[in-house]
Amino acid sequence: MQVKREERYSLRLQVNGKRYEEQVEPRKLLSDFLREDCGLTGTHVGCEHGVCGACTVLVDGRAVRSCLILAIQAEGADITTVEGLAKDGKPHPLQEAFSECHALQCGFCTPGILMSSVEFLQTHADPGKEEIADMLSGHLCRCTGYKGIVEAVQQVADRRKEGEVRESGDPVSICSRTTPTV
Amino acid sequence: METKQIGKPMKRVEDARLTSGQGSFIEDMNPLPHIHHAAILRSPYPHARIKAIRTQVAEEMPGVKGVVTGQDVAACTNPFPVGVTASVHYYSLAVDKVRYVGEPVAVVVAKNRYLAEDALEKIEVEYEPLPAVVEIEQALLPDSPLLHEQVGSNIANHRHFSYGDPDKAFREADVVIKHKFAFPKYSATPVETYGVIASYQSSDDSLTIWSNFHGPFTLQSVMAAALRIDSNRLRILIPKDVGGSYGIKSGVYPYMVLMGVVSKKLGLPVKWIEDRQEHLMASSSGTDRVTWIEAAVKRDGTVTGLRMKMVDSVGAYVRAPEPACLYRTHSNTTGAYRIEHLQMETIAVMTNKSPTGLIRGYGGQQLYFPLERIMQMVATKLGLDPAEVLRINLLGKEEFPYQTPSGGIYDSGDYKSAFDKLIGMVGYEEFRQRQKEARSKGKLLGIGLACIVEPSGSNMGYITVALTPEERSKSLPKSGCAEGATVSIDPMGGISVRISTAPTGQGHETVAAQIVGEVLGVDPCTVKVVAEMDTLTSPWSVASGSYSSRFAPIGSSAVYQAAGKVREKLLRIAADQLGCSPDQLEMKGGKVALRNDPAKQVSLRRLVGSAHWNPQGLPAGTEPGIHETAFYTIPTAQPPDEQDRVNGSAAYGFVADAVVVEVDAATGDVKILNYCTVHDAGVLLNPLIADGQIMGGLAHGLGGALYEELAYDKNGQFLSGSFMDYLCPTATEMPPVTIGHIESPSPLTPLGAKGLGEGNTMSAPVVIANAVADALAEWDVTVDTLPLSPNRVWSWIQQSKKKKEEYA
Repeated sequence: MQVKREERYSLRLQVNGKRYEEQVEPRKLLSDFLREDCGLTGTHVGCEHGVCGACTVLVDGRAVRSCLILAIQAEGADITTVEGLAKDGKPHPLQEAFSECHALQCGFCTPGILMSSVEFLQTHADPGKEEIADMLSGHLCRCTGYKGIVEAVQQVADRRKEGEVRESGDPVSICSRTTPTV
Repeated sequence: METKQIGKPMKRVEDARLTSGQGSFIEDMNPLPHIHHAAILRSPYPHARIKAIRTQVAEEMPGVKGVVTGQDVAACTNPFPVGVTASVHYYSLAVDKVRYVGEPVAVVVAKNRYLAEDALEKIEVEYEPLPAVVEIEQALLPDSPLLHEQVGSNIANHRHFSYGDPDKAFREADVVIKHKFAFPKYSATPVETYGVIASYQSSDDSLTIWSNFHGPFTLQSVMAAALRIDSNRLRILIPKDVGGSYGIKSGVYPYMVLMGVVSKKLGLPVKWIEDRQEHLMASSSGTDRVTWIEAAVKRDGTVTGLRMKMVDSVGAYVRAPEPACLYRTHSNTTGAYRIEHLQMETIAVMTNKSPTGLIRGYGGQQLYFPLERIMQMVATKLGLDPAEVLRINLLGKEEFPYQTPSGGIYDSGDYKSAFDKLIGMVGYEEFRQRQKEARSKGKLLGIGLACIVEPSGSNMGYITVALTPEERSKSLPKSGCAEGATVSIDPMGGISVRISTAPTGQGHETVAAQIVGEVLGVDPCTVKVVAEMDTLTSPWSVASGSYSSRFAPIGSSAVYQAAGKVREKLLRIAADQLGCSPDQLEMKGGKVALRNDPAKQVSLRRLVGSAHWNPQGLPAGTEPGIHETAFYTIPTAQPPDEQDRVNGSAAYGFVADAVVVEVDAATGDVKILNYCTVHDAGVLLNPLIADGQIMGGLAHGLGGALYEELAYDKNGQFLSGSFMDYLCPTATEMPPVTIGHIESPSPLTPLGAKGLGEGNTMSAPVVIANAVADALAEWDVTVDTLPLSPNRVWSWIQQSKKKKEEYA
């Protein structure tokens, strides 16, 4: 793809199952595009250099820091943000578990952590606490000390293993596509 | 429905919106049309004279609406007021000189942030670099370069205090132990950075500012004074959701003033969202402090007196509420111990580093680092077990309320029970055995202990201890810790609560709903709590805000009392309707009924309906409507007396920590194997939230102990400008933590609660340092600075090895 700096690029992609077609500057970050052009302010920006993880979204099923890629790199992608987690008015099991385990306080880092956890649970059938902590080490939370977050992810993994998680909210069914494009 | 709500681990009412992306944080807000975006040009020099600023090229770039420089700011604002006598002129943009790396120099406003940042690159600033002052002891030297020439030195504040008879205590001591300790400059890096939206309206010369500022609202008057505007024309609105602060966000206020000036000059509403690099280099931080401490000790380990010289670096400008870090813990300087003689010297110096301000634990970590280290050193020196030394000095249950030599009034506590519980939890005796065995195998295990008093609900008067009694007598005395809340019920029975504690994640909405639910006998989930602060319409006091853990002791008390007023009024109306007296009635399950004859009852909804729809039918003397505001303060929050004694806080909790570490002698790496903490914070209002607060405070304390430092080189250049350089603990760095509680209710708060979210931020740095010192006992190492990075610990071990070899 070749675009000049001054040119606007006609970007087409899907976010939370909805089709978007917008004219964007090639230098615009995906995080800014989601917040400003799609109005999806649930994706938060905490550091803009890929360390804090607050801006994590799923791009074709994979957890990606939306501050580290340009919007135009997501051409044709299927994106899920925190706003797309609940299905048919029912919260995602992770959203419920985060509240039950007091895994959030100010809630600013939470959307990114939820998105990474969704991908993690898709790829880890029976994770231990250490694996969960490893996954979380790509995120900064300055409120909770992480204890509740680890417990919440563990709780969903355990319940899923025991077959207790409802079909509609099953993390596995959230993102059907897994083809990486970025 | 159960009537008891307070004290239950209720899930938070805030969570549903925050886990679904529906929070409203400052960056999400667009309260006005045509908002333009600001970007700030910052100084690359620690200290330099500004020779010229050329902005024309930037101003002519596409989408740019204008540029504001220090000259504009100096022309239309006053320097920020501050509570010291040193004449420091601090403006929201640098005027004539820059004094730290990252100091704002100019603001560009453009259609969007991308264009504003493009234009920043086109502003030319000519600087004449000057020598910088970086270290605290360097700032004290008479020939040190001056930051503020008109002050005549780099000292912003200097005081001496003496309580009891410290000279006698030191004369009669069996042993005197002394050492110098250095506490580093660090932050708490909330994941959401600063944000401001400002809109000036010329027709009535008023300014509306939205920001993730959380108080203290004393700073509203500071801002109004700087802006030369009437306080009721400076309307400040705080969004419902603030992405963490831990004190750091109170430092956003100079930017609120700056954006006010920018909006006024350019005639546009402007929005500024700080980026992470700006936040690390120039937002706010705790002070770095050097403490010289001396303890007068009896042979049995009893500490009878302390001498402390504490020097804080407040950065390039002493900025309100500084130099309060030096005085926040003034009342509890002697910690959890019966130490009757105290001598103190406090100095705030200015250095070419970013200005400091509130931070979780405020002053506590700087105080307890030398104090609890010296307690361990007392044990080592006298050949006693540190646990015995702490126990012999701890205050006894029967000594409460206890007045400290510096004027603190510890309201309640059972320190020894809490400490014994801790010793049991960590398995202290068994550990000593394990440690011996490990040592014989060449493994370095250590255990650290710390006992601290956690003050909460600050008394507005404590900060005036920065002035001498003579200086204080020239102005109105300051005291109290008032907080307000309003409870109202609409004509259909909907209950709403307005609080002004500006929460930043502590779950105030949940706890307020629990309290009102219990008082009015309704399900807390039906109570709507409005946490958005608006200085024109919210009940608030000069002390309002989210700081010094003041919701549990003060904010919740205001909610409780406002709900109590509503309850009283409803009972009065019910008594009139049921033909009985109010004390014969009880309120639960949405009804008021006769206690002895529950069939005689009336629904809350009907009572509320009477107050709204039929005020003529109310008992004589009853006002229509249901809308009650209460302000709460604590009688013991008095102004400082002539001997400089002050009770700086409403309530005092207690924290006892024990930490087990293993140190790798080959790498200097410190691994925490076990962290136990016991809290006595009075009655817990919501144990789920309480433990969450404790874990968060502990994680921050752990960061301060091992990782976090805002580092500068010897020339004043800033070295920690990204999250690659400034290390925060992540999930993999968190040790196993066990939390224990005992509850000694505060007699001063209606619910018996005390604050508890800052204790471990104060204790963790020193308890980990004590554990590392214990692990390194066989080496000649004194742990006297932080963070305990592998490099630092390894270097200590190497130096000690070298010394040993030289002796050999």
